[in-house]
Amino acid sequence: MTRSFAINRRLLLGGALGGVSLAFAGHASAQGAGEGVGRRKLVVIVARGAMDGLSAVVPHGDANYVPLRGSLAVAAPGQAGGALDLGGGFGLHPALTGLYALHQAGQMRFAPAVAIPVRVRSHFDAQDVLENGGEGLRQQDDGWLNRALIAAGGPKGLSIGAQTPLILRGAADTSSWSPGGQVTGQDRIAALLQDMYVDDPLLGTSLARGLETDAMAMTVGGGTPLRRNDVNGLGQAVARLITGEAGADVVALSVDGWDTHARQNAQLQARLTGLDQVIDGLREGLGGQWADTIVVVATEFGRTARANGTQGTDHGTASSLLLAGGALRPGGPIGDWPTLADNRLFEGRDLAPTLDVRSVFKGVLRDHLGADRAALDARVFPGSAAEAPAVDGLV
Amino acid sequence: MPPSAAEAAAIAVTRFGLGARPGEIERVGADPRGWLEAQATPAGAPNPPGQFVASPERLHQLLAYRAEAAETRQARVATPETGVAMAPASAPGSAMAQDVAMTPAMGDPAAEAALAARRDSRREMTQDTAREFLARAQLGATTDTGFAERWALFWANVFTTSATRFQSAVFMGPFEREAIRPHVFGKFEDLAAAAEQHPAMLLYLDQAQSVGPNSQAGQRRNVGLNENLAREIMELHTVGADGGYSQADVTEFARALTGWSVPTPRDQGGNAGGRGRRVQAVRAAVAGEPGVNAFVFRPVVHEPGARTVLGRTYPEGGREQGEAVLRDLARRPETARRLARKLAIHFVADDPPPALVDKLETAWTRSGGDLAGVARALIAAPEAWSPQPVKVKTPYDFVISTHRALASSPTRVQPLQQALVSMGQPAFSAPSPEGWPDIAADWAGPDALVKRLDWAKTVADLAAPSADPNAVAAGALGARLGERTRQFVARAESRPEALTLFLMSPEFQRR
Repeated sequence: MTRSFAINRRLLLGGALGGVSLAFAGHASAQGAGEGVGRRKLVVIVARGAMDGLSAVVPHGDANYVPLRGSLAVAAPGQAGGALDLGGGFGLHPALTGLYALHQAGQMRFAPAVAIPVRVRSHFDAQDVLENGGEGLRQQDDGWLNRALIAAGGPKGLSIGAQTPLILRGAADTSSWSPGGQVTGQDRIAALLQDMYVDDPLLGTSLARGLETDAMAMTVGGGTPLRRNDVNGLGQAVARLITGEAGADVVALSVDGWDTHARQNAQLQARLTGLDQVIDGLREGLGGQWADTIVVVATEFGRTARANGTQGTDHGTASSLLLAGGALRPGGPIGDWPTLADNRLFEGRDLAPTLDVRSVFKGVLRDHLGADRAALDARVFPGSAAEAPAVDGLV
Repeated sequence: MPPSAAEAAAIAVTRFGLGARPGEIERVGADPRGWLEAQATPAGAPNPPGQFVASPERLHQLLAYRAEAAETRQARVATPETGVAMAPASAPGSAMAQDVAMTPAMGDPAAEAALAARRDSRREMTQDTAREFLARAQLGATTDTGFAERWALFWANVFTTSATRFQSAVFMGPFEREAIRPHVFGKFEDLAAAAEQHPAMLLYLDQAQSVGPNSQAGQRRNVGLNENLAREIMELHTVGADGGYSQADVTEFARALTGWSVPTPRDQGGNAGGRGRRVQAVRAAVAGEPGVNAFVFRPVVHEPGARTVLGRTYPEGGREQGEAVLRDLARRPETARRLARKLAIHFVADDPPPALVDKLETAWTRSGGDLAGVARALIAAPEAWSPQPVKVKTPYDFVISTHRALASSPTRVQPLQQALVSMGQPAFSAPSPEGWPDIAADWAGPDALVKRLDWAKTVADLAAPSADPNAVAAGALGARLGERTRQFVARAESRPEALTLFLMSPEFQRR
């Protein structure tokens, strides 16, 4: 059973973030001695809410992209606000400047059209499949990443957040750490509640005032405000939890807020900027260990090829998947591009998947963490041997 | 507009009860009124399960503790005993800040040993009280008779005793089990008599110290009358502040109540410490006339003579003199009117329809205060069944109904207490004899909402892995789940977000 040793948040917030690794080390050493620096590191970022892969990795070379996306289309490379050219007709969203720099250094790759093995439209169900690594719905109640810890001979797992996500739940013991403190007015949940309370003046007014007051009161340590959207700082904090002898080896982290049904341009700009900064903070904080690290960004499904009537997109199927890290072997797109031609769209509306997301995971686990090939097929991703062979040459 | 059948089933469980566990609304479906009525049984409301001490045993512990305290005080410079077991800032069983001040004289092993023994006794009793609270919360989370439980908690709040004072804190559990629950569907005057004669009440409102000036003890020593219990009985438990009584009535009633007590070592002419504390405590107990639940009537402090209260004269007597006044107060129409209104406010609306209050009052006076009859009148009143959720849940309601919605039950008292403290309703610790307030303005303030949201988020994160938010919402509210909320939940980005939205929804924050 997964045991989560939640690290005392107050301990971490009270002093400089440099104190973080000490607290973790204290817990980790209770589990057994660390093996020293040089271990391979893996960070899996789950983008919850169906990240628009077509905006993260822009297929500007596809003739149907602009007609389908209209005002949501990211401009071509070279134009104002244009995509950052990756070559081969693809570009990164302009907010992903850090990732672009990594690409230029041969430390970033992408798979343009991956998906989970089943077609579902519900966020919860699809996230479960993404995280449990099974062939279908409700097949496993633990996570593939936890099973991978066992198959890879015991690297230390750590989840970021108040509760261990499914991806890291299972027989292997893992730790957890939670950044920040209270819900603030900038949180998505606060905005959603204000919307929900639109006909409820009592709760609506009260909550608004309460969050206002909270925001004014929230300071940390010597009066330095810890802003919830200090994602670079979050990345650095996670890095500190990794570096050092007793640090974590495998980290799972969630980034929310991708469900862009309306007015998606601004929201995606913000979300992708945040994602870029988390990864940049990680890279900075890891220092020399970045060379031994791989970061994977995956989402439960993508979004519709066409814009909808509210300048957003709806639930789709395939999405792009991002890889970054010093341990990556440079290369081109992973998997085929099905194109956005009308007759190639899945159900006439979504980017069609050409690669099973498990294949990418397996490739990373096998070549980066040294997980046993047979174990990957039999236990970590049961039933995937034929359907989702591991991608080679990633590492 | 009357509710549909589906709404009625949901209302029975969520408004009259403590919230729905999965499947509960369906089970009730066929006959919601019948389901409610069946819970108003003469046997009273069920007790929380578990082995707990009864009042006499608890009293022995308290007396022993006080004797140890007396010894400690005499061993060095006296520090007044403060007594807060479950003050808002501390969780039960945790650091006993009050004892920190009682450092023994340097290098005095006897005093240190006494202090250690005292701390142990205090800790044991505090932990017992915490266990009692946990058991009560577990009952709330799992009971099939949510209406009986809500009804019982209402009456416990009318007869508020509080853990804000240590000597009553240790009796909180026994109070509800012995004095309240067995009587909540019987006659009101019996409930009142049991509550007012319970050690929890006598200690909370200083009755045990009250001495008639003209009694044997009063003439010997310079101690006097304490009017606290008399006043609170009149103001809060029966006729109410505008019930027509004067200060003279309060004083007369207080005189009649002298002698209502619990045994204390002090009444044995002081306790200079040393051996035989328990023996002395037992002797003290039998010096008076014992009643139920460690009540004792001590003639030596009873004010002699007849008493006149609200125009009626009560001949000289012992315990029954005070009880006769109490029962008359309980039978007055002002009492029926006032408590009918409190019931209507609690169960239906902050500003209840006058017709509803009338119905409850009529059922009360016609039956001579038969609380089961009043319950049935409440169940039968159409005003109690309007579909719109209007009553804001108290923090306790919110926490318990959340457990029920998630088919869970609290397992440790500390997180439970922390949640309630942060939301403003510390366990067993109403701030005054008035008890917990019962209207929206008291519970839906800005900080309260933020604290509820923080807690909801934590719970949602914990529950999300094994919960289907759509099913949770449907199971907890049934036909009372609004379309807007249903959509917010279904379209949420993640399970934790969906559950948080549900727990904070207008429908779930109310009942």
